[in-house]
Amino acid sequence: MKLTAQQLKNKIKPILGKNHNDPAMLVSILQDTQTELGYLPRKALAEIHKELNIPLTQVYGVATFFKAFSLEPRGRHQIQVCMGTACHVRGAEKILDTVERELGIMPGENDKDLRFSLETVNCVGACALGPIVIVDGDYAGEMKIDKVKPLLKNYK
Amino acid sequence: MVKLTIDGRQTEAKEGAMVLDAARALNIYIPTLCAHESVSAYGACRLCTVDITTRSGRNRMVTSCLYPVEEGLAVKTTTEKIAAHRRMLIQLLLARCPESPELKAMAKKLGADDTPFPKEDPAKNHNCILCALCTRACDEVVGQSAISFVNRGVAREMAIPFYNDSDACIACGSCFYICPTNAIQMTDKNGKRRFVMPHNTMEFELAQCAQCGRYHLPKRQIAWMAKKSGQPLEFFARCISCREEVRL
Repeated sequence: MKLTAQQLKNKIKPILGKNHNDPAMLVSILQDTQTELGYLPRKALAEIHKELNIPLTQVYGVATFFKAFSLEPRGRHQIQVCMGTACHVRGAEKILDTVERELGIMPGENDKDLRFSLETVNCVGACALGPIVIVDGDYAGEMKIDKVKPLLKNYK
Repeated sequence: MVKLTIDGRQTEAKEGAMVLDAARALNIYIPTLCAHESVSAYGACRLCTVDITTRSGRNRMVTSCLYPVEEGLAVKTTTEKIAAHRRMLIQLLLARCPESPELKAMAKKLGADDTPFPKEDPAKNHNCILCALCTRACDEVVGQSAISFVNRGVAREMAIPFYNDSDACIACGSCFYICPTNAIQMTDKNGKRRFVMPHNTMEFELAQCAQCGRYHLPKRQIAWMAKKSGQPLEFFARCISCREEVRL
């Protein structure tokens, strides 16, 4: 999805309005921008810097500080594999291996057609269901190696 | 005014003043790397740690650059414990930047010859100890905030946005002058001012003096000065020596 400068402006304007154009709401603004665009493009950060009249260094500093923000394009679907203690003892390692092999990517990477992004998390608080894989916020519990492929098929 | 004792000497300081400044007013030496009178206190290097005992008898170690004076405060700047603490701090900094001559000199002063900690590759940090003097100078003195910290934790480093966006920089060199470890290099050559920062490089054009022809100031700095002072751009067309001569 390539956006023109004007389209980007139109997307960011309401986000800023929702946050009262308040520089103190920078984290919230960046979160909303990432939800809207999937990641934080360089031009979006520049736009926020201009509209809020705060230094670009501040926007960039915050955007790089939090791991939840991505400055690189991410896949349409976010896969999180839980590597917490409970999931670990129930074989999360093998589940992760399977997902990696299935998609041909490592945690922190996107696959070639930007369908999936893969990352690991350390406990999502649903240990009784371990090992857990979360795709776009939907929990898939009690994962098994041969359940990985059918699960990923549901996401285009 | 607030009355306190530093190393047994009675002194008075303005309310809100920091212990470091009160001690320096008495000519008591406290080592620092990240303190500078032109910018706000930050407490990054922690070498200025001192031992304090409050009026109620509480005793602890604090960074004197960030601790405001209190009535009846008793400060000790050179105890055995403090010396050991500072030695450990400089050894840690030295492990981060093992080749910095400034840190080596400071370590010697504090009684540490070398660092017992595993040394990092000098190419990783480029002598930057993340003291934030440059970012504070750029923000508070110049007002441009062209550089800042990026990333977090062990990956934290000082850089410009995206490592290549130098739009906000006016090439004044304040960061270069204030850096306590000379992690930033600045050279003027062939009409260009070049900065070698720990993690990026920048180049800016210098302006020529209309009279003597020498390169005197970065073009961006002239524009910034004209804007701040309200003087027309032509005022800065000549270098300061040529301007002074006319006034005489």
